[in-house]
Amino acid sequence: MDKHEQRLHAVAARRWKIAFILSAIMLVAYYGFILLVAADVGVIQNLLKAGTAIPAAGLGDQITLGIRLGDGLSVGILLGAMVIVFAWVLTTIYVNWANKVYDREIEDLSHLAR
Amino acid sequence: MESDWTSILFFFLFVSATLGITYWAAKRTKTTEHFYAAGRSITGFQNGLALAGDYMSAASFLGIAGLVALNGFDGLIYSTGWLVGWPIILFLIAEPLRNLGKYTFTDVVAYRLQQKPVRIAAAIGTMAVVLTYLIAQMVGSGTLIKLLFGIPYVWACVLVGVVMMTYVLFGGMIATTWVQIIKACLLLGGATVMALIVLSKFGFDPTALFAQAAQEGCKDRAADGSLIPAGSQLFCYGGKVLEPGTKVVTGAWDAISLGMALMFGTAGLPHILMRFYTVPNAKAARVSVQWATIWIGGFYLITFILGFGSMVLVGQQNILAAGGGGNMAAPLLAKVIAGDIFFGFICAVAFATILAVVAGLTLAGAGALSHDLWVNVVRGGNAPQHEQMIAARSASIILGVLAIILGIIFEGQNVAYMVGLTFSIAASANFPALVLSVFWRRFTTWGAVLSILFGAIGTIVLIILGPTIQFDLLFPKVGTEITQAMVDAYRSIPGMDSIAVGGKINAQLMAAYQAYIKSQWWFFPLKNPCIYTMTGAFLIGIIVSLLVPERSASEGFAEVERRAVLGEPKGAIAG
Repeated sequence: MDKHEQRLHAVAARRWKIAFILSAIMLVAYYGFILLVAADVGVIQNLLKAGTAIPAAGLGDQITLGIRLGDGLSVGILLGAMVIVFAWVLTTIYVNWANKVYDREIEDLSHLAR
Repeated sequence: MESDWTSILFFFLFVSATLGITYWAAKRTKTTEHFYAAGRSITGFQNGLALAGDYMSAASFLGIAGLVALNGFDGLIYSTGWLVGWPIILFLIAEPLRNLGKYTFTDVVAYRLQQKPVRIAAAIGTMAVVLTYLIAQMVGSGTLIKLLFGIPYVWACVLVGVVMMTYVLFGGMIATTWVQIIKACLLLGGATVMALIVLSKFGFDPTALFAQAAQEGCKDRAADGSLIPAGSQLFCYGGKVLEPGTKVVTGAWDAISLGMALMFGTAGLPHILMRFYTVPNAKAARVSVQWATIWIGGFYLITFILGFGSMVLVGQQNILAAGGGGNMAAPLLAKVIAGDIFFGFICAVAFATILAVVAGLTLAGAGALSHDLWVNVVRGGNAPQHEQMIAARSASIILGVLAIILGIIFEGQNVAYMVGLTFSIAASANFPALVLSVFWRRFTTWGAVLSILFGAIGTIVLIILGPTIQFDLLFPKVGTEITQAMVDAYRSIPGMDSIAVGGKINAQLMAAYQAYIKSQWWFFPLKNPCIYTMTGAFLIGIIVSLLVPERSASEGFAEVERRAVLGEPKGAIAG
């Protein structure tokens, strides 16, 4: 393997590393949200099974996503919207890096294409 | 809903404009490179809009607005899930896909593996996704068009089928892409205007809108039981609309499994993946996902506003009374806030949405049938260009006719679960094989084949054995009159011996039936099987590949790596 080939390999490996890290961050953020929903659904189901009334939202003693941050805003809605905004942030970070750094490195190696 | 002239007028404007584009595109569609990949001439920005157009189906516009209007917060579970698949596509899929493939995602999976078995398996995975999604879209469109325009169901299916077949058959990917772009602009523009009008009634503060929805003590029926008409008051439904409920997800594991299907299913949808071949290079593919993520994310935030807007301004009872299981929430909201002309416009946009998505699906299915199966399996990759074009167009006709027939067969069936099924199959059959083929040196032909087949078949079997089919579809709803056939079928079930002709299905009989089914060994408790099928597909792909190594496949990986980074050599003759 000559020097150029090694560099190509290194460039590819670095992109995958960044891609996997960003994917993992997205996964954790989204699954954090889904697990909170799942936990709340579990609580609600147990309450329904036991025949207990579901506690009024606002106290947030059991249903985390129902906690109110104001008259019209619950933690659930805020976190859901934040997941979408976070997805924007991550894609922007990646595209900026790829356009500025990654593409220049690829350009240097383009004579290897075959 | 009466058919009214404004929606028909807007609809005719859309159809004539798009048919004009199809005529223009037809003159430019000479080779398969044009037919499947629009001559690789679409820019990143344009493709971002087209991707958004392909993705924002009627299910996500009308469906999510309805889901939010009837359940509040729970609609967000779908919106966020459907969006977070896009960064995953960007990081893991878009660039290698563009660099390694030609027309279909199967090109990438089969790149260094044995062509025939992999292409047959991947075509099965593709067709399973395309057909289930087509059924969901066609049935949805037939019902919707009947509701919006008053056209009989069968004619509505034929109309959608014929118009979209015209796009695909003559204009190929060029026409389909521009139809998607126009539709995406109309949909984004229309939804934004609507959201702004709604918010203007609440001082441009979304939380004021949510606060109104979460107030207690409003009534949506008058003292005599009649509906309070939409627009005559502000409706409210209590604090529960701001927190999770148990209607959309029935349990914790279901929520996790559904999240998986939504997130990874997007990265396995053949009509989305195919779009990455329409741009000139990997950089444009990357930029197009960034735009798509911006449009789609914004669209879901807007849809959330529209859902709450119609909950508050139209009222849940009025939405349900209009039929379509909540799908009329957004059109009714348009009527209440801006009158009949805007209502007509939104109805026409919804129709355009269906047309465009169905066209994209048909093109993806045609790619699997003609490029993967005919050209690469039957003809071993050596078919002259004119024969490839004939195969592509014949496959489009077959799929178009199939879409119409399936739409008619499934009339009146509840097909809402089909969208979930589509994403589960895409996440289980297509996504694991695609990822492993690009990232894992030791992936083999049989690893790929068995992984895809397990993902597709496993998902379908588990959905059939699960509550969606066993409870919601096979057992009559509470309140249905009991017939002799039902007595014969259910009397032997413990707890249901009191079932008799002339009575009605009540909650007790339903509970007895569900308890009986749940006690059966074959019953699968989750509505969404993705957590098992996707994990299983990955495991099978890995285990089979390790058990039966394939030397040529691992040797070919160096080439995959180089090509995934550098793309096709400059000056090479593509095609």
